[in-house]
Amino acid sequence: MRFAVTVEVTGLEGISDPEGQTIERVLPSLGFEGIGQVRVGKLVSFAMEAASRDEARRRAEELCRRLLANPVTEQAKVMVVPAGEA
Amino acid sequence: MSRLAVVVFPGSNCEHDVVSALERVGFQASLVWHQESTLGEVDGVILPGGFAHGDYLRPGAIARFSPVMGAVEEMAREGAPVVGICNGFQVLTEAGLLAGALRRNAGRRFICRPVTCEVRSTSSPLTAACRRGERLVLPINHNEGNFTCDEATARQLFQNEQVVLTYTENPNGSLGDIAGICNEARNVVGLMPHPERASDPLLGSADGLRLLASLATFLEAGRPAAARSSS
Repeated sequence: MRFAVTVEVTGLEGISDPEGQTIERVLPSLGFEGIGQVRVGKLVSFAMEAASRDEARRRAEELCRRLLANPVTEQAKVMVVPAGEA
Repeated sequence: MSRLAVVVFPGSNCEHDVVSALERVGFQASLVWHQESTLGEVDGVILPGGFAHGDYLRPGAIARFSPVMGAVEEMAREGAPVVGICNGFQVLTEAGLLAGALRRNAGRRFICRPVTCEVRSTSSPLTAACRRGERLVLPINHNEGNFTCDEATARQLFQNEQVVLTYTENPNGSLGDIAGICNEARNVVGLMPHPERASDPLLGSADGLRLLASLATFLEAGRPAAARSSS
């Protein structure tokens, strides 16, 4: 089966995020009030062949550990859906 | 005469400067392409600065999987000097040969200027010929030089004197003003400043030669007897 995998990589809790803070600071001057905790990260998406959704998730999480996220500073969130489903 | 390998990744850009500076302090140095799986008959290895693999994903994240890294890890295990300069330092942290990680500079700007560093430990391949407390003027040239690690690691780095070099004025938000660290075995060292760019008074400083010349002192004093007799 073919799966669409999306990985969100963000800084670990407690690690400062100057880019998120800068965006947050400019929001009031644009008229956006009541927005906080802005975090900026990166998104990696790919298609994967796997026997099951569980296997796809396992392999994607392994890929995160080995390459996509640095565990010293980052955390990764993996989302897996069958290809073709939005 | 000692021989050193200087690894070239696609995107490295300081390798010729490193070779030239090493020759100035009496080494033979040869370039080794990252696809090689051996480093040849050398006494140590340098990972130079630049943007290995375009710094894509994170600096060093892809370079750590280059075939040559197996040989670099072997040198590290054997106790030979392994040095990472700037991007090379980033590669060594990503490879797990040095602790911590190098994040984006706190001010979110690329910084390119000379800074003053202080030698905090003389027990490393790059500081063996220096004096503790000695101040060196060295250029930095980086976007991700902001060293970070968890609290337990930071405590260990300072207690074991694995912090080799600190900034006298922190340019990038680096934890504990750290500019360079070594591993527990003290043969792997990484630093953000570029010693090869401070290798002639014409360049504004020749202080980098103090660090590179330390490699000879380290090799003479620190190489296991077995390795000495076989070379």
